[in-house]
Amino acid sequence: MERNTVGSRKNPGDVEAALRGLFLRGLDGDAKAYRDFLLQLSAHLRAFLGKRLFGWPDEVEDLVQECLLAMHNQRHTYQSDQPLTAWVHAIARYKMIDLLRAKSAREDLHEPLDDDLAVFAESAQEASDAKRDLGGLLETLPDRQRLPIVHVKIEGRSVAEAASLTGMSESAVKVGIHRGLKALAARFGNGWGAAA
Amino acid sequence: MKTDDLVSMLANGEVAVSRRRASSRIWLAVLLGLPFSFAILLSGYGVRHDIVQAMFWPMFWVKVLFPLCIAAAGFVAAERLARPGVKPRHAWMGAVLPVLGVWLLAAIAWFTMPADDRMPALMGQSWRICAASIGLMALPVFAAALFALKGMAPTRPALAGAAVGALAGGVGASVYALHCMELTAPFLAVWYVSGIAVPVLVGALLGPRLLRW
Repeated sequence: MERNTVGSRKNPGDVEAALRGLFLRGLDGDAKAYRDFLLQLSAHLRAFLGKRLFGWPDEVEDLVQECLLAMHNQRHTYQSDQPLTAWVHAIARYKMIDLLRAKSAREDLHEPLDDDLAVFAESAQEASDAKRDLGGLLETLPDRQRLPIVHVKIEGRSVAEAASLTGMSESAVKVGIHRGLKALAARFGNGWGAAA
Repeated sequence: MKTDDLVSMLANGEVAVSRRRASSRIWLAVLLGLPFSFAILLSGYGVRHDIVQAMFWPMFWVKVLFPLCIAAAGFVAAERLARPGVKPRHAWMGAVLPVLGVWLLAAIAWFTMPADDRMPALMGQSWRICAASIGLMALPVFAAALFALKGMAPTRPALAGAAVGALAGGVGASVYALHCMELTAPFLAVWYVSGIAVPVLVGALLGPRLLRW
């Protein structure tokens, strides 16, 4: 369990300001800031979820990934007049309850779930391996969603290049990425029931 | 896939997103659903023939406006519940207070009218079809608003579904009020309130099933 407490303890207020700044720049199209945001966020999620799921250390990294994917897909629901902590916490809590429900073992939870500020209180940099393989799930998507994600989001090509490679229109490539990531999130979540 | 690879994947390409507000999505749903509610009213029911005269009666306005207050409260609650980490706070009061007000009016009317008039005032001519008609006219807004919420991220889906039900039920009831001839407070207190309560309950039941993400 040491890996969950590796890393630093910072004032949650400072973390909120820093992360929120990066996130808002990301939402305006700054990919570098967005990447930094997701990296720092994943460390906080890892610590937050690790502490609450210490009965199932193997699930933590899966849940971190699921939360990241959900936050990416739902990033349009964040409004800048709202604390980022509350938004992140609500999503992490929702996804964690989903997992716990699938495992139907809520009585083993020793930590209260309503600890709003705690989500940015600690961070854990060291990632263990995820059990559920997102790469494998990606293979199960239809081509019109999979190929745009592979070309644009993994190989880093432009939408125009992906369009000419696949013979799809540029808007179809964008739609494919959007729907594909949503489908990925849905399949990821459905896997919990099977794993439990 | 490692988490760092997932981060790279998510941050690759275009990351900007249009942050259309939850409120404008739900507005759009209401604007899309409302013409269908009116189409049901006009094709299946018709506007009451003395509508112009009725506009001078306070009770007519109570009948149109108390459901609209509930719809407004449902709108605010749905808009807040659609966004993770935003609490609905006192929005539910906007739905409860109009109902209490109508119940109060009904109690006053009930106890001040002669005993023989009470049951006719309560049942009116149309109690059989009132609640079902409100539900029917609520349906287009209900479906459109649920769809709008499906594109957002409600973390409390049962409450979000109930809020959609209050929005749609309130709209449905005030559209139906343009047809309905009943003008007694006891009638509103029972049949209109039931007509709105049904979509609220249906929304609370459907929410956890339909609004998962």
